[in-house]
Amino acid sequence: MSGERYTKDHDFLRVEDDVAIIGITDFAQSQLGDIVFVELPEPGQRVAKGGQLATIESVKAASEVYAPISGEVIEVNSALEAAPAKVNEDPLGEGWLVKLRVADAAELEELMDEDAYRAFLESEG
Amino acid sequence: MRYLPLTQEDRAQMRAAIGVADVDELYADMPAELLLDGPLDLPRGKSEMEVERLLGAMAQRNLAASRAPFFVGAGAYKHHIPASVDHLIQRSEFLTSYTPYQPEISQGTLQYLFEFQTQVAMLTGMEIANASMYDGATACAEAALMAHRVAKRRKAVLSGGLHPHYAEVLRTISHFSGDEVVSLAPDVLAREDLAATVDESVSCVIVQMPDVFGNLRDLTPLAEACRRHGALLIAVFTEAVSLGLVTPPGEMGADIVVGEGQSLGNPLSFGGPYLGLFATRQAYLRQMPGRLCGETVDADGRRGYVATLSAREQHIRRDKATSNICTNSNLCALAFSIHLSLLGEAGLRRLARVNHANAVNLADRLARIAGVEILNESFFNEFTLRLPRDAARLVEQMAEAGVLAGVPVSRLLPGAGLDDLLLVASTEVDTTEDREAFVAALRGAL
Repeated sequence: MSGERYTKDHDFLRVEDDVAIIGITDFAQSQLGDIVFVELPEPGQRVAKGGQLATIESVKAASEVYAPISGEVIEVNSALEAAPAKVNEDPLGEGWLVKLRVADAAELEELMDEDAYRAFLESEG
Repeated sequence: MRYLPLTQEDRAQMRAAIGVADVDELYADMPAELLLDGPLDLPRGKSEMEVERLLGAMAQRNLAASRAPFFVGAGAYKHHIPASVDHLIQRSEFLTSYTPYQPEISQGTLQYLFEFQTQVAMLTGMEIANASMYDGATACAEAALMAHRVAKRRKAVLSGGLHPHYAEVLRTISHFSGDEVVSLAPDVLAREDLAATVDESVSCVIVQMPDVFGNLRDLTPLAEACRRHGALLIAVFTEAVSLGLVTPPGEMGADIVVGEGQSLGNPLSFGGPYLGLFATRQAYLRQMPGRLCGETVDADGRRGYVATLSAREQHIRRDKATSNICTNSNLCALAFSIHLSLLGEAGLRRLARVNHANAVNLADRLARIAGVEILNESFFNEFTLRLPRDAARLVEQMAEAGVLAGVPVSRLLPGAGLDDLLLVASTEVDTTEDREAFVAALRGAL
């Protein structure tokens, strides 16, 4: 399967083969405000679904990003070290956080597609 | 709501609400022998005049630092504080300053903390410093915790020249965090091989310079060993004035520099309140504990100061905070900053030279006494004496003769078999007469 998936924590996943690119949604970045620092995991690290994946620090708060699925970190967006604001500017593109090798494709099925996420956003008001 | 003490009626209502007839019922689970069966045996209240007289008489029984030749150091030093320091910090804007969370009403506080941080960074030879911590010992413990976060390891190695109280605070904190602390044996002559203790499991090596016995140490080889193994070098000082003369730890490759700032602007004051100094490299900025002030510009482009990087702190990040410290020793830091500003760079250097010269002069005089030996090859303003008899007893005898001679090592390291050693500190406040009095008192006691 491919395409974008979303979580109730406002993370997105773009799945290509068995790799998921993970980041936060536009809504999430707008809620956080100006992002000044992103702490990313080490490549090779294994994370379980719900485990801590990254920390995003904005001028007003620091929030954890929890892994939406289980897997192994194969790459992190090191460009964010020098330019964390990319997460604000282009969250679904250049502002991605982590690439995970998907451990269990069934976990993807539990996530929302774009339409479901939109409906979720509206219901949240 | 006004504060009024509880009336009998209030108490009755509260007892009724929880269903007890008598307050004593609440203590039913306590063993009887632990309960008081009457009021404490305390004297009745006294008038203000009586209290003053009583406490004044008690104070007279002390031999105060200001009333005797004084050579006590070991982490707290008696220096001269310009009268203007105390006068300025008593201004109500400083003395009762508000925690500077709202920059629009705290520009003065934020600016002097920013200046303080700059001074500490320059003194230590580091890139950044925080707005101060409780004291040197807690700053040292926080440095170890920070090193564990940075290196992602949990073992700290402590030099045998680290002040035992600092080591003790670190052990207390580590006891609850589950981190490992390896303490080397007391190292009176600064001969330990710290570099040999560093391997891939060590997060940091903590070494004091000048060390607790007064020795100066070149940290460069140790810094190199730490770098090779991915460990951090934490350099500690207890005498801030030494930084006016010795090579700053930052220039020798230290990753974190922490210490006690009491020597500048702050009186001995029975051991506190003091201020911890904390400086590190820019790269570790987000792992640094404590409060931090930054310089920025407002909407109109005018310079202003703010408390910055607060997102990592406890009041925002709760249990994920970098540290549970998100405050600072504000007034002590201000006193430090004012004193250092009055001295200036050249003045601090001169002050350090006078300290060193006085200590050398005293050491020379003492070395001429038969049976007395100076153990240090080098020192700043504090050194270790080997005495022919028990140092603690000698110090008591000298105090009776009106000289406060120093800190017996047995007080810091009881049971370490170092009972014949005495730590002696000399600062700019000591006169030739004071040093002569020391020599006479020691000769008399021997």
